Amino acid sequence: MIKFSEEKLQEVSNIIARYPQGRQKSALLPVLHLAQQEFGGWLDVPVMDYVASLLQLEPIEVYEVATFYSMYNLKHVGRYMFEVCQTGPCMLRGSDDIVKYIYDKLGIKPGETTSDGMFTLKTVECLGACGYAPMMQLGKHFREHLTPEKVDSIIEECRQHAASAN
Amino acid sequence: MGRKLLLEKDKVEGIRYFDVYRREGGYRSVEKALKSMSPDGITEEVKKSGLRGRGGAGFPTGMKWSFLAKPEGVPRYLVVNADESEPGTFKDRYLMEFIPHLLIEGMIVSSYALGSNTSFIYIRGEYAWIVDILEQAIAEARNNGFLGKNILGSGFDCEIYVQRGAGAYICGEETALIESLEGKRGNPRIKPPFPAVKGLWGCPTVVNNVETIAAVVPIINEGGEEYAKIGVGKSTGTKLISACGNLNKPGVYEIDMTISVEEFIFSDEYCGGIPNGKRLKACIPGGSSVPILPANLLLKTAKGESRIMNYESLSDGGFATGSMMGSGGFIVFDEDQCVVKHTYTLARFYRHESCGQCSPCREGTGWMEKLLLRLENGQGKMSDIDLLWDIQRKIEGNTICPLGDAAAWPVAAAIRHFRDEFEWHVLNPEEATKRNFGLAHYADELAVPAS
Repeated sequence: MIKFSEEKLQEVSNIIARYPQGRQKSALLPVLHLAQQEFGGWLDVPVMDYVASLLQLEPIEVYEVATFYSMYNLKHVGRYMFEVCQTGPCMLRGSDDIVKYIYDKLGIKPGETTSDGMFTLKTVECLGACGYAPMMQLGKHFREHLTPEKVDSIIEECRQHAASAN
Repeated sequence: MGRKLLLEKDKVEGIRYFDVYRREGGYRSVEKALKSMSPDGITEEVKKSGLRGRGGAGFPTGMKWSFLAKPEGVPRYLVVNADESEPGTFKDRYLMEFIPHLLIEGMIVSSYALGSNTSFIYIRGEYAWIVDILEQAIAEARNNGFLGKNILGSGFDCEIYVQRGAGAYICGEETALIESLEGKRGNPRIKPPFPAVKGLWGCPTVVNNVETIAAVVPIINEGGEEYAKIGVGKSTGTKLISACGNLNKPGVYEIDMTISVEEFIFSDEYCGGIPNGKRLKACIPGGSSVPILPANLLLKTAKGESRIMNYESLSDGGFATGSMMGSGGFIVFDEDQCVVKHTYTLARFYRHESCGQCSPCREGTGWMEKLLLRLENGQGKMSDIDLLWDIQRKIEGNTICPLGDAAAWPVAAAIRHFRDEFEWHVLNPEEATKRNFGLAHYADELAVPAS
């Protein structure tokens, strides 16, 4: 059964309260972020339907938003997602080499997930870290000035994080 | 050393927090505005300051504010555009991350001027950790009586909320941003009606960039006329430039719009030159959408004058020989960079970010991406270059919002100034996959016709 915890439901109510009466649709983007975070890192159809019912929307209103914005994952992703920027300014600083290094290291191409479900590699368009390139987003934070050594330590950090969480 | 108005205190330890920010003179503009100025008086100061929108379009802010409709009994909204997504641009991020209270302070004064009791910061979804920083700053301001009901006993109520986007460049376009804030796809609206008349939830709305709103603080503190004395011509005040690409010291710099492009790139006070002793080949001076210039046209205008980092000088010569100030995203290429490849990455970016409403943009960006990839991979034909030119012309001006133009301009400028680099890719397909065209003649002194 897909349902937010009481705590998260309170968070949803707080978000809705920011907007005028009857404008709860404005809460859709923030609530989808919350749903993605709570229900396994991606938005399955039942999850989107649940969000629709929470906000009193038609399911199609949720689908059309979820498919428009690039941060909503519409299929299962690995536990740690490396989102490597490859737009011009990062390209000038060697982002192609970083993507290739991750492939050599983990055997995944952009869009693929390692067989153990740990890592997903995704190439993304400009994230606003051009002066600190090359970079990737990992969860909530940016990892900048990437080098092969830094990628190694990020992979190691993720593995340790997973081991300590299990 | 130029005058600093926004980043003067960015290195003060703890400036992110209310107590330190306040001790350093923060929130004075709120006291001054709410206690001694009328809302219209504030708009008047902003007009006098000559402040122009810092998001990229450069529209006079005071004029934008004066267009705001004020029908009786209808709420008005201020929405801050923090959807910073233009490749090369990361200045708003810096400001929000390190001096969040400057934005909050500017928003309170601006909300008072515009009569907005509920104001929003729409921030790009990827800046997730900055949401926490802003929300903490808002909570601190609230706890200290600068937000909430009856601020400083003035009778003015104001709340600020942060709304996170979810990955869409197009939401930086103000009507797409409003759509997104209403919980919809970021499809730009047809204008008119303009947001000033019919914006968020159908109410009069002003959408301003982060840096624009932050600049309201020094304008109110020092007065519009004082602010206008900094800079030159219609480029008043200071501008944040985010410098990236092949530079020794990439980063965010505040400039007073009187320094030359050459000084900005090469002096140690700013970017410190190009790494590894390489030479300058080209630069996109105002974010990925503005025309790329070869080194010779970047440093000097076609008239042979030194090019200055301001609105007028950067656009001197129009698109034939000039570029634009844009968002201040300053992308530098060293001699080993390939303009065709870089243009391909931008075309891919715009294809990815096109909302799909208008056929010329939806289809055209995809065509351009494919053609550029073909050329970059040494599989292109000479006719592809002309086809690219033709496609970009058919996108420009034929779409609801400026994303179409933004996608067309980089391709047009790359062909205009670097056509022989494109042709070299066609003529040397084998070689083009192994090495780059290099600096060629792009830094050569230009012959200036005697006037």
